[in-house]
Amino acid sequence: MTAPEFTYPEGSAAFPHRSLVGIGGLAPHEIMFLLDEAQQWVDLNRGTQKRRDLLSGLTIINAFFENSTRTLLSFEIAGKRLGADVVNMAVANSSVKKGETLIDTAMTLNAMRADAIVIRHASSGAVHLISNLVDCPVLNAGDGQHEHPTQALLDALTIRQAKRAFNGLRVTICGDILHSRVARSNILALNSLGAEVRVCAPPALLPADIERMSVKVFHDFDAALKGADVVMMLRLQLERMEGQFIPSPREYRHLYGLSLDRLAKAEGNALVMHPGPMNRGIEIDSNVADLVGRSQITTQVEMGVAMRMACLDVLTRRGRGMPGWAGEARA
Amino acid sequence: MSNNTPLTVTGGQLVLPDGTIAPGALRSEGGFITAVGADVTPQPGDEVHDARGRLIAPGLVDIGVFAIDKPAFHFGGITRAALMPDQNPPLDVPARVRFAAQSGKPDLWVHPLAAATQNLEGKALAEIALMRDAGAKAVTTGRQWIADSGTMLRLLQYTGMLGMVVLAHPEDAGITGKAVATSGEMATRLGLPSAPAEAEALAISRDIALAELAGAAIHFRKVTTARGLDLVRRAKDRGLKVTAGVTPAYFMLSDIALAGFRTFAHLSPPLRSEDDRKAVIAAIGDGTIDVVASGHDPRGPEDKRLPFADSAPGMAGAETLLPLTMNLVRDGVISLSRAFELIATNPAKLLGVNAGKLEVGAEADIAVIDADRPWIVDSDKMAAAAGNTPFDKQPVQGRVLALFKGGVAVKAK
Repeated sequence: MTAPEFTYPEGSAAFPHRSLVGIGGLAPHEIMFLLDEAQQWVDLNRGTQKRRDLLSGLTIINAFFENSTRTLLSFEIAGKRLGADVVNMAVANSSVKKGETLIDTAMTLNAMRADAIVIRHASSGAVHLISNLVDCPVLNAGDGQHEHPTQALLDALTIRQAKRAFNGLRVTICGDILHSRVARSNILALNSLGAEVRVCAPPALLPADIERMSVKVFHDFDAALKGADVVMMLRLQLERMEGQFIPSPREYRHLYGLSLDRLAKAEGNALVMHPGPMNRGIEIDSNVADLVGRSQITTQVEMGVAMRMACLDVLTRRGRGMPGWAGEARA
Repeated sequence: MSNNTPLTVTGGQLVLPDGTIAPGALRSEGGFITAVGADVTPQPGDEVHDARGRLIAPGLVDIGVFAIDKPAFHFGGITRAALMPDQNPPLDVPARVRFAAQSGKPDLWVHPLAAATQNLEGKALAEIALMRDAGAKAVTTGRQWIADSGTMLRLLQYTGMLGMVVLAHPEDAGITGKAVATSGEMATRLGLPSAPAEAEALAISRDIALAELAGAAIHFRKVTTARGLDLVRRAKDRGLKVTAGVTPAYFMLSDIALAGFRTFAHLSPPLRSEDDRKAVIAAIGDGTIDVVASGHDPRGPEDKRLPFADSAPGMAGAETLLPLTMNLVRDGVISLSRAFELIATNPAKLLGVNAGKLEVGAEADIAVIDADRPWIVDSDKMAAAAGNTPFDKQPVQGRVLALFKGGVAVKAK
């Protein structure tokens, strides 16, 4: 277990935000605070008695306007382990399909007096919009191509478990950076924590001026891997490999697939990460994904629950009237 | 009061067609200007309006509005507005054009712009000559580019024959796709679908080539990038019938205004880089840009209180067209008389209507303006049908004090 590296301001000053809309806007010590808070839940989750009643009586609504299995499950388990009443609003059976606007849906959830709302939406900025309208904390579980902050936090927690510190760590993120909210949140978080971030993709899958986000840009995966301490692979949507962005899946694998041979070009103890779900045999070979001691993919899932427990705990402290957490929050 | 009562506007500074601003008065009879100058005096029985030393200017002529929003137009000093065909249903048949042409009278003249293609789909040509005879003053591709170069060529050959100008929307749709922002750091950070600014230059380049081939006149409704403006500049140097317009958003704002996913800054084309913004100002200064328009497109919360990419583009611009153009005068980019060429004379000329300048024989569309009066734009209190302005809470200068359409007062404040 990693000891806290910082001492934090008292009470809500450690995390003065009402909602978690993105990594953008968080100070480095606020990110570290959330990582340190998650540590206790990592330990709890590894025991047999996994339940605390910290959020007993609280209602958490998971409003997922976009399909998700693992993130939804992770948030649901996190809320339930803390004793909250967790309700999942799946879009398939919601009035959203009947033309209700996002704002009306948000106001409806608000009127049901949720204590926290977790939102995933296909449009960038949707969570920002809702967070300004509802009275309770809002957690971004992914908005369009903008941010997926809890993924970046759980990735940081995973890296810290293995590497202890972030300073000077070289992290290579490879794949569809253009359409990836995971990449954006990770770039912001890892830079903030002192790591050196590289991104690697063909030009059509890189957003314009990405280097302004303090990353080194590579098109050649082998070059991007040289000296890397962490290799983070992104999922490439299959429909983007059918001629529009990439000629074919096998050509993508040829240039950007992480094989054992390729991994050998990184540092000897480099970590392999993937936010899932994986396209085995395309962006990552099975023997790499399952490489014991190097692949962190299942650890990421494990850290995801702990990280989300920490976020739910910290963001509801104000509402729960925890000493030192009263008063107005920042946006 | 009808336009049988002659009108004399006295004691003002006349914005004259020769580019001078001179003290004097203006008289109109039967809806037309009959005298302009220092020695003009009211005749017995005239309605007299004292301009109290303020500007006596032509009423603004606004090309390319998306809604007939009379209170906003009158607030902004706009006496004629050219309506885009992007309506529901679109202005692509003569009957709808004829109806739209009557819809603002008597105190606002609407000049419908005919859809170039049926249902604005960019495929089959619409009945352009019939729409012309029903009152359409120009033809336009609408909000969209016509992707098929063959269709665009045949359109220009046809409008060239008819002597009508085509108002084009220059954005290469193959590049823009579903983009709602210009590629760059801001779009990348916000994770918004974006397209490179070069989409504009590509479209302008093709359309200039086709217009030259057809010998037709083309007007690019909004030219917003340095490279697009360079192409227009060079086409003009070669003597082609190419003109360009812009709206104030593109010389006032850059894509920084998108921060926080502000949907009021969601425009079409999307706001550009700071360098492009400066290029627009330079192009207004050197005469590359001929027209400044409002692009008036009032949009309520149902279109704007949405995630950025799901929101509708457009801004309510009628009320801010004059004051934001006056900014360019105060900044020394253009002269005061040039400002009125951009917002009245040139658009009237492009539409071929007898207005937009204070000369004997022109229709008496007159605005009395205090070019320096300060006020604050307030999205909650606008005259427009909706308050979707990216200039909310901004202090501006320049206000219409009185407005006359065809010699009849439509507003006096």
